[in-house]
Amino acid sequence: MSNELFRTCPESGLQFHKPAEQLMRANAVVAIVILLIGGIAALLVTLTRWPAVHLLPADRFYQLLTTHGVNMLIFWIITFEMAILYFCSSTLLRCRLATPRIAWLGFALMVIGIVVNNLAVLNGDASVMMTSYVPMPANPNFYLGLILFAVGALLGCFVFLGTLVIAKAEKTYEGSIPLVTFGALTACIIAVFTIASGAIILIPTYLWSLGYINHIDAAMYRLVWWALGHSSQQINVAAHVSVWYAIAAIVFGAKPLSEKVSRTAFFLYIAFLQLASAHHLLVDPGLSSEWKIFNTSYAMYLAVLASMVHGLTVPGSIEVAQRAKGLTNGLFEWLRKAPWSNPVFSGMFISLIGFGFIGGISGVVMGTEQINIIIHNTIYVPGHFHATVVIGTTLAFMSLTYFLIPVLFRREVFMPGLAKWQPYLFGIGMAVFCLAMMGAGTLGVERRHWDMAFTDSVLAFEYPASAFTFMGIVGISGVAAILGGAIFILITVVSVFFGKRVGSESSYGFSTSVLAKAEPVVVPDGGHAATGKWGFAAPGTFLLAFFFLVIFVLYYAVNWKYLASVWPMS
Amino acid sequence: MSAIQPPAETVWWKQPLDKVEGTWIAIALVWSLFMFFMMPFWHVYGKQNLSNEAYRTTPQAYMAKTQAMVDEYTVRTETDSKLPVVHPPPGSDVYLLGRLWQWWPLLELEKGQTYRLHISSMDWQHGFSLQPVNINTQILPGYEMVLTITPDTGAEQTIICNEYCGLGHHNMVGKIYVTEGGQ
Repeated sequence: MSNELFRTCPESGLQFHKPAEQLMRANAVVAIVILLIGGIAALLVTLTRWPAVHLLPADRFYQLLTTHGVNMLIFWIITFEMAILYFCSSTLLRCRLATPRIAWLGFALMVIGIVVNNLAVLNGDASVMMTSYVPMPANPNFYLGLILFAVGALLGCFVFLGTLVIAKAEKTYEGSIPLVTFGALTACIIAVFTIASGAIILIPTYLWSLGYINHIDAAMYRLVWWALGHSSQQINVAAHVSVWYAIAAIVFGAKPLSEKVSRTAFFLYIAFLQLASAHHLLVDPGLSSEWKIFNTSYAMYLAVLASMVHGLTVPGSIEVAQRAKGLTNGLFEWLRKAPWSNPVFSGMFISLIGFGFIGGISGVVMGTEQINIIIHNTIYVPGHFHATVVIGTTLAFMSLTYFLIPVLFRREVFMPGLAKWQPYLFGIGMAVFCLAMMGAGTLGVERRHWDMAFTDSVLAFEYPASAFTFMGIVGISGVAAILGGAIFILITVVSVFFGKRVGSESSYGFSTSVLAKAEPVVVPDGGHAATGKWGFAAPGTFLLAFFFLVIFVLYYAVNWKYLASVWPMS
Repeated sequence: MSAIQPPAETVWWKQPLDKVEGTWIAIALVWSLFMFFMMPFWHVYGKQNLSNEAYRTTPQAYMAKTQAMVDEYTVRTETDSKLPVVHPPPGSDVYLLGRLWQWWPLLELEKGQTYRLHISSMDWQHGFSLQPVNINTQILPGYEMVLTITPDTGAEQTIICNEYCGLGHHNMVGKIYVTEGGQ
């Protein structure tokens, strides 16, 4: 192990292994390029679904919606997650990266896969949406690109696991791996399951598209495909929850309330999250209610329980850290005096709130077997998953990027004044966008649909005027959020490629209390609870969590009431 | 030690829970179990459930059954393309098919009566979305789904397609007319 291959970041105290650092940079840069492509598609799609604008012709709309879905939900997120896996293994464990050459091979396969898939869609004969439901055929390269990308990502997962083995063998750390690495390990295990499912369904579908297999059953396709489609979004959950913990640690020096609880919650993800494939099949023919109920609830909502635990412990750990620093007045001084102008923190906190309150609640509600009857395939569904994947995952990754620009890329953040506002514009724009989509979906507006006015249809149908208003709000807030995304890309690209280099003495654009300097949180006598209230270490967080539960219960009840108004059926 | 460093106590799993965590886990677990048992509860006491009755079929076999119903019970036609409107007897088996890009035939059902509504696809996947009452199910080729429904509201319901099925997807519209009583 040569010391020349390691550098220690003077500000953060983090230690980077050169090959790992290069891989992280390459993956992050490619991810941002994909985010740009997906973002341009997002703008055009949004401007088409905004009824007053209705920009694109139908064929272009379906084509760009396919581009948007595949690039955002699969390519952007998983490519960025590769950088996170390398960071959480090599950097956090201060260990050399296992087999960098294989990692580069994986990276190359991913890039080739991205290009092949995008060219197929660009060609115009693969406008089949991300889901590519059989028997609607696509250009074979559509599937081939996804397969190559998946194989590349799988190699990245193995490099991550290999690095954990090396770190253990070479004793680069003592005791157990850090919580954040444990979360990344969770993401990695789910990723392996996801990619295996993807291979099981996409390889036969590829052969079918080439004519070697003559039939693929539509119901079977959906069952296995969603083990890829939904589980890939569960990689994101595990990854962005890890990022929340990481940012709490980076900005506040926060320590998990208890390692046992947080790790058990991650373990519940490994054990139960993958059952969520069922969420998409609740109104499908051919499956029993017993099967639907068990799977859609992750076996009695144990993965929801895990997310509710993280939702308490992440802000709870911040509250404890802040209280230990003397911010003990009232229930919320710790939160009021948090660094709201630091995008590393503000982005992370908006991500947490948006994921829980909007994405989490709506996901559980529409994933209820019977309630799904009034929601399946309406635009409520993208309303839900934009809250989880865009506010939850993408915004968390953006926040982490603001930390990585000086630490990993050694550049100052370009236009820090603008960066302060970016998470608010992006997060709040997206929150309004999601809520408006959910409103329109409740009125029955369909997803993946070019014309909600049915102008060219033989038989007429009109939605209520309020549905058009909701879709107008979707358009406006969507454009606002996309502007927020564009600002992020501008700041990142300019910082990384043209930004002022961070010398060993120069400071960050944002203060990030970090490893080397972070004052360790001292647990006072009598445990955490001594600085809290009611015997609770984090009373403010508990109150927030309770508020969340009240909204959850009310919204759940409202939807049952709505369902009860629908035609009786059995 | 923060979350990005190894736990300070090597035997971290023996560290006792904080009261705030224990309380919240208990509350969240109770809520999770409540939501779980709500689903079987609704199967017993609620009125909106899918029976999940379904059969394997083929487009040809399903088309034949639908055609037989159309031949027997068509009461009028609509639009220039003479789409049949079918008025099947209450309690009977009603067949609806989805194909690129229409729902066929148009149906006329009596309010308050119960029907066994069969739905299947002739080609690709479709989404049966009945508006404004807002009932949505997935329609697959090769599978015949049976919904036992009792229309109790709305004179005119529109079936739209909410599973993307190609370029004409947004024009795929059908109708279920709900008439008053069986006089």
